Amino acid sequence: MPRVVVDVMPKPEILDPQGKAVLGALPRLGFNGVTEVRQGKRFELEVDEVTDAVLAEVEKIADTFLANTVIENYVVRVEQA
Amino acid sequence: MRVGVVTFPGTLDDVDASRAVRIGGNEAVSLWHGDHDLQGVDAVILPGGFSYGDYLRCGAISRFSPVMTEVISAAQSGMPVLGICNGFQILCESHLLPGALLRNNHRKFICRDQKLRIENASTPWTSAFSQGQEIVVPLKNGEGQYVADAGTLEMLEAEGRVVARYLEVNPNGSLNDIAGICNDAGNVVGLMPHPEHGVEDLTGPGTDGLGFFTSLVEHVFA
Repeated sequence: MPRVVVDVMPKPEILDPQGKAVLGALPRLGFNGVTEVRQGKRFELEVDEVTDAVLAEVEKIADTFLANTVIENYVVRVEQA
Repeated sequence: MRVGVVTFPGTLDDVDASRAVRIGGNEAVSLWHGDHDLQGVDAVILPGGFSYGDYLRCGAISRFSPVMTEVISAAQSGMPVLGICNGFQILCESHLLPGALLRNNHRKFICRDQKLRIENASTPWTSAFSQGQEIVVPLKNGEGQYVADAGTLEMLEAEGRVVARYLEVNPNGSLNDIAGICNDAGNVVGLMPHPEHGVEDLTGPGTDGLGFFTSLVEHVFA
């Protein structure tokens, strides 16, 4: 079954407290060299087939529901099996 | 007045909000998230809590519940709507109010008696206060950091749409110390602190919160 993936990330200018918490934990765990962490969400949508109409629908789902475009950006992409 | 108080799955403060409505001299009407029905109420309160477990984003799923379709359309026609805490988040997700609420900048849940200044005493929810009045009500949130882009903030300030501002301590990193805002018409108010927990001397830091629930009556008879 084809899969459409929606990646949602906090906008660059929006403070990301979760990413900051992860970043802060890294040196304590002995991992060094990471200078920035941003945490987002990945949605995997299984669809019957990938058509322009289906992609337009997913775009609408992402824009109105999966992402809050006041604070988040999103990218829709088709994942090849 | 008949004031509807909506219960979503995961709502916590509906009972306190209803009680505050009654103490404020109005009739509380329980509304259910799954009904396309406002039961003819004159105003609506979206109370605090964790509707739908805060899944996806706080308020993001509640915003599409059947009752919200009715609330959004009534709000656009001028019905007074007050969103407290999670209710504020739902109003932002519904685009009835601009901006968004993020996790607190210090990343911890915070619960404290919070001093506020009423910056706009002309909304149907704040008319019992005087302009600039300082009050103390409980505040409790994990995702209460109000953000909006620079243009929106400027507009809110210029149009007097900041309804309440944090004093002394900014508990969550909200821009411009914003604790509450209203829409263009003033009938829709979102507030992060909890006035419904500050209406009786027995519990909470006092009765300063009562004004949010007596304002409706004063507004009608003013």
